[in-house]
Amino acid sequence: MSAATLKRGLQALREEIDAPVASFFSSCMHCGLCAEACLFYTETGNPEYTPIHKLEPMRRLWQQEFTLLGRLQSLLGLSKPVTDAELEAWQPLVYDSCSLCGRCSMVCPVGNDVAYMIRKMREGMSASGNAPEGIMGATTRAVKIGSPMGVRFPAVQAQARHVKNDTGIDIPVDVEGAEYLMLMSSMEIINFPEYMESVARIFKQAGKTWTISSTAFEATNSGIQLGNSDIAKELVQRVVDAAEKLKVKTVISPECGHAYTAIRWEGPNLIGKPFSFEVKHIVEVLDEFRTAGLLKTEGLEEARLTFHDPCQLVRRGGVIEPPRNLLKMVSQNFVEMEDNGKMNWCCGAGGGVSANEDAAELRLTAFKRKKVQLESLHVDTLVTACANCRMQLEEGLEVNQMDMPVVGLTEMLAEHLVETPDDEASDDKIKIPAGD
Amino acid sequence: MNEVNFLLWVRGIGFDIALAIFVFGIMLRFMEILWLGRKPELAAVRGNGVASGMRTVFSRFLPADSNTLKRSLFMVVAGYGFHIGLFVVIFLFAPHAELIESVTGLSWPTLPSPIVDFFTVLTMLALMALLWRRLTHPVLRFLSTGEDYLMLLLTFLPVLTGYMAFHHLFLSYGWMLGLHILSVELLLIVIPFTKLIHMFTLFMARWYSGFMAGQKGVQS
Ligand code: SF4
Ligand code: SF4
Ligand code: SF4
Repeated sequence: MSAATLKRGLQALREEIDAPVASFFSSCMHCGLCAEACLFYTETGNPEYTPIHKLEPMRRLWQQEFTLLGRLQSLLGLSKPVTDAELEAWQPLVYDSCSLCGRCSMVCPVGNDVAYMIRKMREGMSASGNAPEGIMGATTRAVKIGSPMGVRFPAVQAQARHVKNDTGIDIPVDVEGAEYLMLMSSMEIINFPEYMESVARIFKQAGKTWTISSTAFEATNSGIQLGNSDIAKELVQRVVDAAEKLKVKTVISPECGHAYTAIRWEGPNLIGKPFSFEVKHIVEVLDEFRTAGLLKTEGLEEARLTFHDPCQLVRRGGVIEPPRNLLKMVSQNFVEMEDNGKMNWCCGAGGGVSANEDAAELRLTAFKRKKVQLESLHVDTLVTACANCRMQLEEGLEVNQMDMPVVGLTEMLAEHLVETPDDEASDDKIKIPAGD
Repeated sequence: MNEVNFLLWVRGIGFDIALAIFVFGIMLRFMEILWLGRKPELAAVRGNGVASGMRTVFSRFLPADSNTLKRSLFMVVAGYGFHIGLFVVIFLFAPHAELIESVTGLSWPTLPSPIVDFFTVLTMLALMALLWRRLTHPVLRFLSTGEDYLMLLLTFLPVLTGYMAFHHLFLSYGWMLGLHILSVELLLIVIPFTKLIHMFTLFMARWYSGFMAGQKGVQS
């Protein structure tokens, strides 16, 4: 990262201002509705957390430089330029109190995609040196070590050995010509080792070839949360290089909402060209297996359970039905939260909030929204499909003395997998090339 | 200036100036937005976005979800009251429709005066309610700038003067009508250069939001 200055920050903001942004700023009537949709406002009552207010410095820059009236005002010395102190003061608004969940964008009567703009605003914040330490640290680790939590490939290998010991299944590494490249999130590698085992078993049953890559195993992209497109691009490029080298057809984003939008939607735009492969969230792939009859499960969960929609997967990513189809396959007591699907409430920890120590307290305050939702449902189990949500949900439940297991959807499916009687036979089907 | 001259001016040259600034200003604002352009979407899209864009242009006339509606009921009710009232008053009052017909040649049925009168009062009450809300609700008070209050005032004036002219209140009909037209001209002039431009740009905003969402196969 070259030296961060106000000048660079403002330049980054200028580059982010496009026609949608100009139409959004032109249209805002300060009606305040977006505040009512944002959990950081609803749970704190602090008006500063009104989504559109989080963009005020960017709006002023737009007004002063991209409208005739604003330019005239500036010429006459009537406008107040954006200062470094101001951007610094906005740091808690742009990072600590925004998970980029996009709920505000759903309710704005004039149609402003506020979250789209906050993502852009972060480019200016980080270029001017006003991003939080925590997210900068995670990003530096992602660039230097290969993962935001400092996980190195040997840790992944260690986990692969565990899976081998427990299930007898080899985790394919760097297998050229596999159909799928499986990415992981460090959160899963460290906290949820069940995930790797689950996909290994499911893919074995489905008879699909897959691989992990030793050079690109990390799916998350801190560069996006930070708002540094150069770094974000570098991280995407790693995955693209690995996918192209291994000639896979599809790259699978793990149970992480943010990782999914990062590679699925921002990825090609960051590197400036379309991908030569497809990108799918694991839940999408599993739902395809289900439709194709490749996912065979038995038994139904009896517990009353609900699904926490990871915003990046559902609202921002457009994957609403697949997790529900899958859940219904293995449960008989699935109930929806009051605001679900595209209107779900965020867990409070997305968009870099969980990596940002400054936001530690606020994120647990924001969790109160989920708490209320869960309490009114009287469920025994909470299922989700995002490791980051899962960490936050587990912590939030614990802090609030709510005793409820939080389960990853893939893992729940794997528990109901019909065991193939003839392991040898299905091993043949996987066709892992010799030499692995 | 006497009453007749004043009326002649606001109906003649005054109106022409205001209309010219209004039209020029809107075109300018549209250009300012459009020339910024948008990078093409390089991710493999799930749809072309057009249907979703169109849908969002209309769907945002309605409240998004019941939770937000409950939380913002006052603004929503007052907002609808104001916008519907204003629409009726502007377009369904016979003299207004005649004026529009004389300029554009377009005509449509209008409402009887007493009904329009009712909507005029409704519009004014709604505007006052919006002002009260702005002054008292923590979020709105926090967000509001001088411009927000000025917009309320400048929108209120034509409605008020129209009402007073119609009922022959305060001043002679001629003077009041002149003031009414003048206040409309003032409004026409400021629309393009203030956030009142939202009446046009919101269609672009909704279109972009809906279009981008549609490309991703995301509901908007
Ligand atoms: S909901 Fe939309 S119009 Fe209302 S204050 Fe927020 S951004 Fe502005
Ligand atoms: S994206 Fe989510 S967290 Fe951020 S301002 Fe909007 S509603 Fe709030
Ligand atoms: S952590 Fe989960 S709920 Fe929170 S923003 Fe990410 S996907 Fe949404």
